[in-house]
Amino acid sequence: MSKRTYWQDNLRLVALCLVIWFGVSFVCGILLLDFLNQFEIAGFKLGFWFAQQGSIYVFVALIFFYAWRMSAIDKRHNVEED
Amino acid sequence: MDLQTLTYIVVGASFALYIGIAFWSKARTTGEFYVAGKHVHPLANGMATAADWMSAASFISLAGLIAFLGYDGSVYLMGWTGGYVLLALLLAPYLRKFGKFTVPEFIGDRYVSQTARVVAVICLLVISFTYVAGQMRGVGIVFSRFLSVDITVGLIIGMAVVFFYAVLGGMKGITYTQVAQYCVLIFAYTVPAVFISLQVTDTLVPQIAFGSTVVDGGGFLLEKLDQIVTDLGFAAYTSGTKSSIDVFFITLALMIGTAGLPHVIVRFFTVPKVRDARISAGYALFFIALLYTTAPAVGALARLNLTETIQTGPVGSADGNLPYEDRPEWFKTWEGTGLLTFDDKNDDGRIQYYNDANAEFTATADSYGWQGNELSVDRDIIVLANPEIAGLPNWVVALVAAGGIAAALSTAAGLLLVISAAVSHDLLKSTFVRDISQKRELLAGRISAAVAILLAGYLGYNPPGFVAQVVALAFGLAAASLFPVILLGIFSYRINKQGAIAGMLTGLGFTVGYIIYFKGVFVAPFAENIAENWLFGISPEGIGAVGAILNFHVAIIVSALTPAPPVEVKELVERIRIPCGVNVEQN
Repeated sequence: MSKRTYWQDNLRLVALCLVIWFGVSFVCGILLLDFLNQFEIAGFKLGFWFAQQGSIYVFVALIFFYAWRMSAIDKRHNVEED
Repeated sequence: MDLQTLTYIVVGASFALYIGIAFWSKARTTGEFYVAGKHVHPLANGMATAADWMSAASFISLAGLIAFLGYDGSVYLMGWTGGYVLLALLLAPYLRKFGKFTVPEFIGDRYVSQTARVVAVICLLVISFTYVAGQMRGVGIVFSRFLSVDITVGLIIGMAVVFFYAVLGGMKGITYTQVAQYCVLIFAYTVPAVFISLQVTDTLVPQIAFGSTVVDGGGFLLEKLDQIVTDLGFAAYTSGTKSSIDVFFITLALMIGTAGLPHVIVRFFTVPKVRDARISAGYALFFIALLYTTAPAVGALARLNLTETIQTGPVGSADGNLPYEDRPEWFKTWEGTGLLTFDDKNDDGRIQYYNDANAEFTATADSYGWQGNELSVDRDIIVLANPEIAGLPNWVVALVAAGGIAAALSTAAGLLLVISAAVSHDLLKSTFVRDISQKRELLAGRISAAVAILLAGYLGYNPPGFVAQVVALAFGLAAASLFPVILLGIFSYRINKQGAIAGMLTGLGFTVGYIIYFKGVFVAPFAENIAENWLFGISPEGIGAVGAILNFHVAIIVSALTPAPPVEVKELVERIRIPCGVNVEQN
């Protein structure tokens, strides 16, 4: 039973992270490029910024966030190593 | 001290360092040879992964590629970093828990099939050899350009160094040399980047300089760049020319391909725990991002710098272009290498650099008295000549040479290791000589690494004409063949060997077929490689993503029509999904 809820918690977290992953790169950096490029912040057109800078920063943060949340989920379900 | 001597000293010192590390970390068991005994600290593994991943192409070509592509270059930035998110969330922790040595081994065990394992080995060998040929070539080029030795001599020196630490140290040696190589390459990349951002925008951090105002007035860097390149008939820097769907699929193919590259995946087998594999992917991407967020800044700064060097006054004015006689010193140096060439088409003694392929701009150019673009610039110059363009001291130029070599060697070594592991472990031990002793397997691993180096050296010396075309193939293959079956193997109990094999072969066949159809490998292309002919407007570079989608569907449908896998498979999948529990180690 615990195994199943552990896996579902994991899947939910993975899904959330993948939505963000898709959002910053494919949506903001590619599909909405022209729309977001109308806005200019700190010398960058916004869509261009997502494509060449923003998405990469978010990717890094996202992996650390996932690792942090997964450690907590491991602990809650008592499946951590050692 | 002259540049030549200084470069010899810096490059020589870096080689001495790598060889010293190789002695210190000699592999004694197959576990150490294949996965560094699984004792690598996640932070060290992060650095090693970054060096493993960032090749000569990332170091030498990326910034230049973006400088000339502008927004279209974003596919490489997002594609080659976003793959790590997939790797960290979907593959690395589970494969670490699986706890064995190679990627084909996972596929063989999960699908209880030697056939599946051999198909995976074939994919791995094609991907890795494609890649490694380019690296050895990169080593030779850097040597010949900075040390004025023959490309062949440079190649042999590079092979000898890799031979030493990869054959002797195996994964253990490679890991710690890659840590050193990362430090060398990121330092060498950052120093000139900082100087050029200071020069153009008076800002220290390139990522911030990218969005700053330029020192000579004229507003924000990117606005000014958009202005001047469109005045010269090029596409605006921040909007690009590729269709959205093509950009989308190329990015997706590069991401999935990155996550499916065996030499990257295997790095996550070397850390002690599942938790370490997750966090290590974060460190790896952080270290990669240091270069990958600097590169677009360098690209934009250098494009502006270069354009303004040539276009000294208003576009179209009689004396707005640099007279050839007044060209700067670095211009002359790089003319000597053939990477920069000038052809005075209108005989006015001045250099015109504009987009003569733009039909709408022709009339304007005619009215200026321009008769064609007179300057051709190789994209690699952006990084290689940057220190000279920015007027930096010789030691920085020497450092860039050492950095370029470090980037190429570290990637080559990682690739050679997965090749040798696939041969000695997946083919020899598990398929042909099952009762081989550990000592003999280790020897076999070393011999296959040595043979792989010779073959890679040969390919680097004598690159088959299709090397440039097959870079798309390496990523397309990794995306369309390996990634889907590894992912399904973890996230589904139901996928069986029939599904996996059918999926891999479909993805492989479709992707290879599409690329050959438009680019031609060994045969002439069947159709012109233009957007009108492409399937849904997707170029061969992006087709790996479609191959992956096909692979997923075929695997799921075929599995549903054939019997479920045996009960041990369910136990295996349950075991790898949970971090705790006994790690079944081989041997």
